[in-house]
Amino acid sequence: MNKKASVVIIGGGINGCALAYELAKKGVKDVMVIEKNFLASGSTGRCGGGFRQQWSTPMNIKFAMESVDIFSRLDEELQYKTEYYQGGYLILAYTPEEIRQFEKNVRLQREMGLDVRLIEPKECLKIVPDLNIDGVLGATYCKSDGHANPFYVTQAYAKKAKEMGVQFLLDTEVIAIDSHNDRITAVQTDKGKIMTDTVVNAAGGHAHLVSSMLGLDIPVKPYRHEILVTEPVNRIFDPMIISFHYHIYMRQELNGGILMGQGDPNEPSSFNVEGSFDFINQVCKKGMKIMPVLENISVVRQWAGLYAVTPDAQPILGPVPPFDNFIHIVGFSGHGFMLAPRVAQHITDYIVDNKLSDEIKNCSIDRFKNMDLDVDVNVV
Amino acid sequence: MKDDQIIICRCEDGTLADVKDAIHRLGLRSVEEIKRVKRFGMGHCQGKTCGKLISQIISRELNISYEDMAPATTRQPAKAVSVKEFASYQEGN
Ligand SMILES: Cc1cc2nc3c(=O)[nH]c(=O)nc-3n(C[C@H](O)[C@H](O)[C@H](O)COP(=O)(O)OP(=O)(O)OC[C@H]3O[C@@H](n4cnc5c(N)ncnc54)[C@H](O)[C@@H]3O)c2cc1C
Ligand code: FES
Repeated sequence: MNKKASVVIIGGGINGCALAYELAKKGVKDVMVIEKNFLASGSTGRCGGGFRQQWSTPMNIKFAMESVDIFSRLDEELQYKTEYYQGGYLILAYTPEEIRQFEKNVRLQREMGLDVRLIEPKECLKIVPDLNIDGVLGATYCKSDGHANPFYVTQAYAKKAKEMGVQFLLDTEVIAIDSHNDRITAVQTDKGKIMTDTVVNAAGGHAHLVSSMLGLDIPVKPYRHEILVTEPVNRIFDPMIISFHYHIYMRQELNGGILMGQGDPNEPSSFNVEGSFDFINQVCKKGMKIMPVLENISVVRQWAGLYAVTPDAQPILGPVPPFDNFIHIVGFSGHGFMLAPRVAQHITDYIVDNKLSDEIKNCSIDRFKNMDLDVDVNVV
Repeated sequence: MKDDQIIICRCEDGTLADVKDAIHRLGLRSVEEIKRVKRFGMGHCQGKTCGKLISQIISRELNISYEDMAPATTRQPAKAVSVKEFASYQEGN
């Protein structure tokens, strides 16, 4: 094992692997990714794989739009088939309040150049003929939203990064971080110590534990989110369908299986990633209401993963004081897959050129000092 | 029979050659990883039959004793059940 690295990235999820690749691409040598299990074994491998640009805050919209642009070229750039697919996102409104919020969202999104529309229930049927529009007052639809396979995207980044010289230590856990005069000097793992002067915390649902190794208390908490998949069936619908009202989303994978997930807003924070019967019961009820044709399709697997949630549902990016060489890419609050490609580039600019972009400044941990947060309300 | 004619996961058309490729070329070392990257074990049997085969292949190819290998996570439901059946379950039934 190398005893030295220029940059140590803790966490082999989409964020750690995308960053490793972007750093290598910029010519940074001796980058090391440390992952306690295997690649994508955390939230990334458990996630829905969706990318959407329909957000309610300018920052998330911009980030997501730029990420989609990268996603669309990723297969070619990384020479890997990631099952990238722009099937759109259809977000259903069931209450007048939702319609009002969606009008506001669409106005903002269109101002920022996104091709998105608020549509009537009847038009929803043109996009998803099997949709049950009972109670649906309208929906927003953006064609360029979509999904990719999270395992493949992670593998794609990691494989290319490896070819470019990045070292991946799997089955290796970071257990402590050494510092001296507010600078990190080394990372301790269960397999030995690595000297380094830049550490990136990309530990997903366990990020706050990694920060706490240096006595930092970051406002990121893990929450379980559950999801299931059905047997593969013929094509029924193209877009990801979301309802904030019912806290549910569903999409059909390219192989035909249908994913359905939901968050329980009342569940307390925990590291629990067990599937529950209550979830499967609830999500099947809601899923059948939204899409009655699902009723005879069999559920083959359920699982759960962690959302790493911050008080304003936006990530914490960049260095966390007092350490300017302890960089965080954490707290994605359930949308870290879709933002990762662009976030990795911003963080690379900081590590390589010491350049703090406006995006990173916006996502700095300092924002929690002032109370007037721009909370993104478009969260399932 | 050739490696690419021996079916390991019938749902994903996964052959012995594919599993060996996953181990040697992609560097995967467990049933869990192969499941995620190649989808073998994600079909109807959910790894209950093919998972053991894949474990045996890994153990043979990488010279790890079969007993030392971590078993793949088994996920609910144990048997495929329809959305309607799950939805119709009421508390107290
Ligand atoms: C059910 C579900 C559905 C989701 N759907 C979507 C979606 O549709 N679209 C979207 O954009 N996002 C979605 N998300 C959120 C998304 O999964 C995450 O935001 C994203 O995967 C975070 O990636 P990451 O690389 O930051 O973290 P992770 O993928 O969690 O990676 C962190 C890694 O760090 C490792 N690690 C932790 N501690 C240590 C340590 N001490 N030493 C070494 N390694 C360590 C872990 O093993 C893990 O592999 C979903 C999440 C869930 C749970
Ligand atoms: S044979 Fe395909 S999942 Fe087991």
